[in-house]
Amino acid sequence: METLERIIAEHPFFAGLDSCHTNLLTGCASNVRFDAGTYIFKEGEEANEFYLIRSGKLALEIFAPQRKPVMLATLAEGEILGWSWLLPPYQWRFHAHAIETVRAIALDGKCLRTKCEENHDLGYEMLKRFARIMEQRLEATCLQLLDVYAVGK
Amino acid sequence: MATVATTDPITSDPMLPQPYSVRQVVKETPDTFTLTLESPNAAGGNRFQPGQFSMLWVFGVGELPISISGDPAERDRLVYTVRSVGKATHALVSSEVGEAVGVRGPFGTGWPVEKAEGRDVLVIAGGIGLAPLRPVIYEVLHNREKYGRLVVLYGARSPRDLLYRKELAAWGRQRETQVLVTVDYGGLSWRGHVGVVTTLFKYARLQPAHTLAMACGPEIMMRFVARDLETHGLARENIYLSMERNMKCAVGFCGHCQYGPHFICKDGPIFPYDRMRPLLEKYEL
Repeated sequence: METLERIIAEHPFFAGLDSCHTNLLTGCASNVRFDAGTYIFKEGEEANEFYLIRSGKLALEIFAPQRKPVMLATLAEGEILGWSWLLPPYQWRFHAHAIETVRAIALDGKCLRTKCEENHDLGYEMLKRFARIMEQRLEATCLQLLDVYAVGK
Repeated sequence: MATVATTDPITSDPMLPQPYSVRQVVKETPDTFTLTLESPNAAGGNRFQPGQFSMLWVFGVGELPISISGDPAERDRLVYTVRSVGKATHALVSSEVGEAVGVRGPFGTGWPVEKAEGRDVLVIAGGIGLAPLRPVIYEVLHNREKYGRLVVLYGARSPRDLLYRKELAAWGRQRETQVLVTVDYGGLSWRGHVGVVTTLFKYARLQPAHTLAMACGPEIMMRFVARDLETHGLARENIYLSMERNMKCAVGFCGHCQYGPHFICKDGPIFPYDRMRPLLEKYEL
């Protein structure tokens, strides 16, 4: 049976992390499951976790008044969900909607924020990794905005 | 990889269109159609390399460069997928069965299918860019023993803009074949991926050292695709792109399709990324 520590240690997102840091992360981790159709979190709610998706698929959605929700991106196995736990005001910026049953490891962001404050090496490692995710999402969003497949583009 | 390909040896003037007739028109999306053309004069003789294009004459309207999107093994026909975006393309996709269309070509370089032998083949398409790549997919599936895994990554604007939906599903059921589709804007009923095509890389089980990639789509998409493939460990010389410019004569005489030192019609449209990289980053081109 796979232990949480092993899953976290072997996840590409945490590649190269010291084992002492992996141990700290494991102390903040738990297994979670979200049924298809449920919301993992909603915009404006407190952001106190992030997730390593182990299986299933979810959509990041944004709402505008009098419009249907807009699906910005989908995330699936192996990906990381959530970076709002890391930066004030610690509130989710989007909705996360399970479009298939999602199994994930939840990491307690509140607990981790405290550990990052106490241990700046861990804090820097986390920030580096999440900055990369933010960069990838920003770039993907820019490409979407370019609407490259539209006629005349 | 060949350069300019053969035309009918009897009428080898590359500037002279050969008469074909429309056998079938299939609506793929609201604005994109696949036309099947046939010619009694070319029975069994329509040879082309995956990636090559023809010049299609819509009589009384104009001439268009269109990539061949059919199966290279089906030599009794030529198949083209055309997006209706202007007067000539609209006239072409509005053709009735039996109507005449002039065909010159095939022209240009093909995808490096021989170089791909023994390797995994990664096909990355955006929008109508899947059309010039479809012959590669047929080629690999017909000669499965020659190639490693086939990975098809396809991005479109929205679910209704997806080409060849049934074939995509059928390809995905073939052995050693992975087909992943994504859209930029998914409706609420869409259950597939949402995001640009590069976001699919993380789901593709790639072996970069043993992979040859072929990409076709909007130029900016290919720029990001090539850059991300490099990040994933693919060598520049193993990444091929299909370039597009305003092709007129198709044989390198007129210069309309000049791109830096290259004529896209004659030297391309397929180029290795290591030759294109400096040009892709020049705004003036």
